[in-house]
Amino acid sequence: MSRPFDHVEGSGPPERPGPGINQPALGVTGYLRFFWRQLTSMRTAILLLLLLAVAAVPGSMWPQRSSDPNGVIQFFDKNPTLAPVLDRLQLFDVYTSVWFSAIYILLFISLIGCVLPRTLHHLKALRAKPPRTPARLERLAAFASKELDAGDTVADAAGAIQAARAQLRSGGYRVALYESGKNLSVSAERGYLRETGNLVFHTALIGILFAVGLGGGFGYTGQKIIIEGQSFVNIKGAYDSFTPGRFFTDAALQPYRLTLDDFSVKYEEQSIQAYGQPIDYTAKVTTWLPGQKGIDSTIKVNEPLALGGSELYLLGNGYAPTITVRDGKGNIAYTASVPFLPQDANLTSTGVVRVPDALPEQLAFRGFFYPTAGELSTGALTSIHPDLRNPVLTLFAYKGDLGLDNGIPQNVYALDPTDLTQIAGGDSGTPALELRPGQTVELPDDLGSVTFDSASPPTAAADDWSQSVPRYISLDVHRDPAQLWVLLFACLATAGLLTSLFVPRRRVWVKAIEGEDGSLRLEYAGLARGEDPGLDAAVAAIAERHTEGLKA
Amino acid sequence: MTETFDSFALVAIYSAMGVYLIAFVFFTLDLAKRSADAHAHAAAPVSVGQNAAAASRGTIATLEREAPASSAAPPRRIERAALALTALAWVLHVAGAVLRGLADGHVPWSNMFEFSLVSSAIAVGVFLFLQFWQDLRFLGTYISGFALIVLGVGTVNFYVPVTPLPPALQSYWLIIHVFVATLGTAFFAVGAGLSIVQLLQARREADRVSRLRFLGTMPKAEKLENLAYRVIVVGFVFWTFTLIAGSIWAFHAWGRYWGWDTKEVWTFIIWVLFAGYIHARATRGWRGSRSAWLAIVGFGAVAFNYTIVNLFFKGLHVYSGL
Ligand code: HEM
Repeated sequence: MSRPFDHVEGSGPPERPGPGINQPALGVTGYLRFFWRQLTSMRTAILLLLLLAVAAVPGSMWPQRSSDPNGVIQFFDKNPTLAPVLDRLQLFDVYTSVWFSAIYILLFISLIGCVLPRTLHHLKALRAKPPRTPARLERLAAFASKELDAGDTVADAAGAIQAARAQLRSGGYRVALYESGKNLSVSAERGYLRETGNLVFHTALIGILFAVGLGGGFGYTGQKIIIEGQSFVNIKGAYDSFTPGRFFTDAALQPYRLTLDDFSVKYEEQSIQAYGQPIDYTAKVTTWLPGQKGIDSTIKVNEPLALGGSELYLLGNGYAPTITVRDGKGNIAYTASVPFLPQDANLTSTGVVRVPDALPEQLAFRGFFYPTAGELSTGALTSIHPDLRNPVLTLFAYKGDLGLDNGIPQNVYALDPTDLTQIAGGDSGTPALELRPGQTVELPDDLGSVTFDSASPPTAAADDWSQSVPRYISLDVHRDPAQLWVLLFACLATAGLLTSLFVPRRRVWVKAIEGEDGSLRLEYAGLARGEDPGLDAAVAAIAERHTEGLKA
Repeated sequence: MTETFDSFALVAIYSAMGVYLIAFVFFTLDLAKRSADAHAHAAAPVSVGQNAAAASRGTIATLEREAPASSAAPPRRIERAALALTALAWVLHVAGAVLRGLADGHVPWSNMFEFSLVSSAIAVGVFLFLQFWQDLRFLGTYISGFALIVLGVGTVNFYVPVTPLPPALQSYWLIIHVFVATLGTAFFAVGAGLSIVQLLQARREADRVSRLRFLGTMPKAEKLENLAYRVIVVGFVFWTFTLIAGSIWAFHAWGRYWGWDTKEVWTFIIWVLFAGYIHARATRGWRGSRSAWLAIVGFGAVAFNYTIVNLFFKGLHVYSGL
């Protein structure tokens, strides 16, 4: 209720002329006016707010493309008939959907239409004098009166009012003197900050909306997998995936360089219940801004690294076994560390190796990596701890045309074996290849050999596997040039909210009525806007202090 | 050490539940007694005057002077005992939470069991401390019942042994964000309780039927509405802060301040519902029962967010620990 006192909320249809008079047609402007007034009424604001709340619900019931794209794909797989229907209704893109946007855009138009006139009104009120003293103060919410006999007081009515004026003024009130008949009075008002706070709050909401929209437009997000010892240069082509905003230009990318020197994970050792649960991830990196010396930094979960106008987040990690493939002629056809995707909490991971350069035939491998291999009762392997304690790599091997020459992009983490011939594992007659770091196995049919290279330093003990396989991290890189603005508006909104809810806005009047016999009747009244539990006490205190000051 | 603290924590929690149960019974007996008292009063002309005053509601509450609360009846002994028991239970309850925190080695609000432990402790604490400001003892049944249910479900269905914090939760934002959210929840809970009584009271005032006689000893609907508003507004400020602190944390942890993750969606929904409530309170035609319903729906959304969303909805905030 920190509306202006004379604010009319939820104004109805345009006023109708009285009966008997020919009713003129509303006309286009009349209707526009009518709609505008409807849209900017408090009642519409409430309805739109409730509608917005309801409209946000479906986004939590179905997976959203923006936050969970894989979930959407899975949903389509599981519900092939329902999914397209939901998709038509934009239920997988709720927060960018036509209907959701319509609601919040209307709400914000309503908000602007509401805030603008109130701001003008408030600016005027800030310069205006406090209003004329009501005739009958005793009818107001808080009221007190005192009678002073002629002998009790040193002041006449004028003196009493001057004293009240000074007292209220020093109490932070804006004051004006009024005279009506024989009565002198002072009218005082304080707490303009309340309405100011309300306006700041609502305006800051508009600010947040614009800052969020613009920031997303000029920024970008990208993901990059970096294996220990490897580097990354911040150019568009270097990312594994890159999503630019609508107004993004390459100039927003600073070509810094970053090397992952070491990535270490600490695991819980004490608690039985949580044994093996990771408790710390630390990535040690060296970064170079263009033309500058390298700087050592760390990136942790919850502690991103700010670099070149962007932030780098540690979002995922896994193992990247180093695999070397020699072909049938004994030449090294492939050697690289291959990021494997974790499948469970103990980092059982899967990955794919394609060797198009192998001769005489192209080769491919589908692998499972177990950092601490253990055997299930079925005899199958599984990982029983996420750290490197008993690392085992198993590979299914294939030969045939990998189809890399036809230009169709292929998922680096998946292998479609339909056109290939399996030569190890599965039904091929040869068991899957099983390797530990440092081991080499021959492929059947003299097609070559595969080595699982160990990264352990030569000084490591024979059964210390802890450094044998490199780890990789998955970095999310974000740039949002408006994020500080969003924060600023959020702070403004909070400050505005606090002032508008907790600063009391009060009007206080003091009236002095001089009796024939020189006695003085003093009346005090207060009126609050909105909730003001302290009003009675405030008026009583003002009355008390004022009369004390007048006593002879 | 850890296991000892944890088992002491459980002992304290079970004792607290026992005492809450007695307090709940006492508060309920008190409601029954209120019915009897109100019946005795009904013969007196006073209560007629009260109803008339209630009927003459203006649109601007503060324009009329507040009639003295009709609950000025002398405090009943049973009610005082119930409140004292609630305070005792609360001390045990807080001790349980502290012990659990010691067992954890970090703040005890990182899984569903701990959420239920701490949120109910804060709700009861807010209820107790609000007594210094206003006599809200008539909400005792509601609050002690609330604490019993939350603690019961928490210990029976959600209990998990002490586990270390996963890296995603190792942030001082966990301390701030979750604690303020729980505070907001507590104020919303009290506000919803007041709104429920307000709705009942408004029904009673409207048809002047002598059903629910114990309501005769409680404040008028309009007074209840004002009380609810003041409590909920405080909750709203905390919730606004939760929203902002949550986005800052999300920004540190996931690199974006807002991503419409399930939990973010619900925090937003709750915030918008209560913004609607605040507007409703200031709008002719929406004051009174309609705004009370909004307050209740808002708190319903909070409860939904805590339980169903945590347990069954998919999202990044998978901290239920179950
Ligand atoms: C994005 C949508 C909106 C949100 C989230 C919102 C939120 C709020 C909140 C939290 C308050 C209470 C705090 C305060 O007094 O500053 C409030 C008050 C107010 N809002 Fe809004 N508002 C929105 C839109 C609107 C619109 C469209 C209007 C105009 C029709 C409006 C008019 C008012 C008025 C007049 C008050 C003062 C009510 C009182 O004193 O109790 N708001 N709003």
